Amino acid sequence: MWEKTIMPTPETSSPNKTDATWHEAVIRAFKDNDVRIIVYVPDNVLRPLIEAVHADDYFTAFTAAREEEAIGIVSGAAMAGGRGIVLMQTSGFATLANVLASLCVAAQIPALIMVSERGTLGDFQIGQAIVCRTMRPILETLGIEHHTMTRLDEAHFIVDRTIKQAFLTQAPAALILSPLLTAKR
Amino acid sequence: MAPRERNTKVMNRFDLTTRLVAQLKNEEAVIGGIGNSNFDLWGAGKRPQNFYMLGSMGLASPIALGVALAQPKRRVFALEGDGSLLMQLGSLATIANLAPRNLAIIVWDNAMYQITGKQPTATAGKADLVEMARAAGIAQSAWATDETDFDRLVARTLAKDGPWFIGARIDGQSPARQTPREPVIIKDNFMRGLGIQPPSKG
Repeated sequence: MWEKTIMPTPETSSPNKTDATWHEAVIRAFKDNDVRIIVYVPDNVLRPLIEAVHADDYFTAFTAAREEEAIGIVSGAAMAGGRGIVLMQTSGFATLANVLASLCVAAQIPALIMVSERGTLGDFQIGQAIVCRTMRPILETLGIEHHTMTRLDEAHFIVDRTIKQAFLTQAPAALILSPLLTAKR
Repeated sequence: MAPRERNTKVMNRFDLTTRLVAQLKNEEAVIGGIGNSNFDLWGAGKRPQNFYMLGSMGLASPIALGVALAQPKRRVFALEGDGSLLMQLGSLATIANLAPRNLAIIVWDNAMYQITGKQPTATAGKADLVEMARAAGIAQSAWATDETDFDRLVARTLAKDGPWFIGARIDGQSPARQTPREPVIIKDNFMRGLGIQPPSKG
């Protein structure tokens, strides 16, 4: 069972298809990798992705009260053979240093994180702008693999490969959605 | 602040943990919360289906929820202290709304942050964790009035659909043993205990 779910065969992955939107690319990568449990604390940028996973019976999607709680949920699922991801915004990520250090990194648990990046590239909220500066230093200090997604043509590849590596190496990983990818232009 | 009137006996965490484990016959998963909750779980005897939390205070219930969602046929217990649960009260509402039938939360309430010097928690004052769980939407929430009642409540969680919340007032006795600080070994053993083979590290 583990082999089947941990290493999707090339036939089930669909890297060359084109996606019309970033959230379609993300959903396709989730499905290619059997990521079914979507726990989130909402963000307006994430809204199309959140609405899409709620509308699709493939996914079990629900809110958690806090991001830290959501990391606990997907960590428990990962140890029990279920695959999940936590969706949040930058300010939510800033609450996670303790759980990432003392649970996911310490015990080598592949908790997946997707962060919509606020506080950069034109954000008017000063609080968001300051908290945004803490995100990459925390990820780098903890040695957590992370990638910033800026282009639609790379979106599926980055999500797909990051999920595969996280489960194969039993390590947490973070995907950062840049306004370059998500903002209306 | 005057102590609230209670009809619940003050019991012992190690004794109750031993009573819980004695009833587990079907490879039920148990998540032991940070500190004394998991130390007494360790002391009650090694089981492959036990996860011992060495950090991440407050997350025993969310971790147990994740296990319960991934393996809906396995019953899952979270053992949490009063200080820990007070950190993550929102998780009770998440659990209530998802209503996993295979999940039970047990809170050991000694009204203190025991391991850091017995500072009082909010339950030493006016807070009632069973009332909070019920108000969060976990209808099947109850204080165990004594050891026999605790055994009965545990038996019910094993026989009928959850989610369940059991509160137990406990004393301030320290655990006899502490869990070894081996998080990767703990996690790998737990995964195998749940029938999941971690990928080869080469």
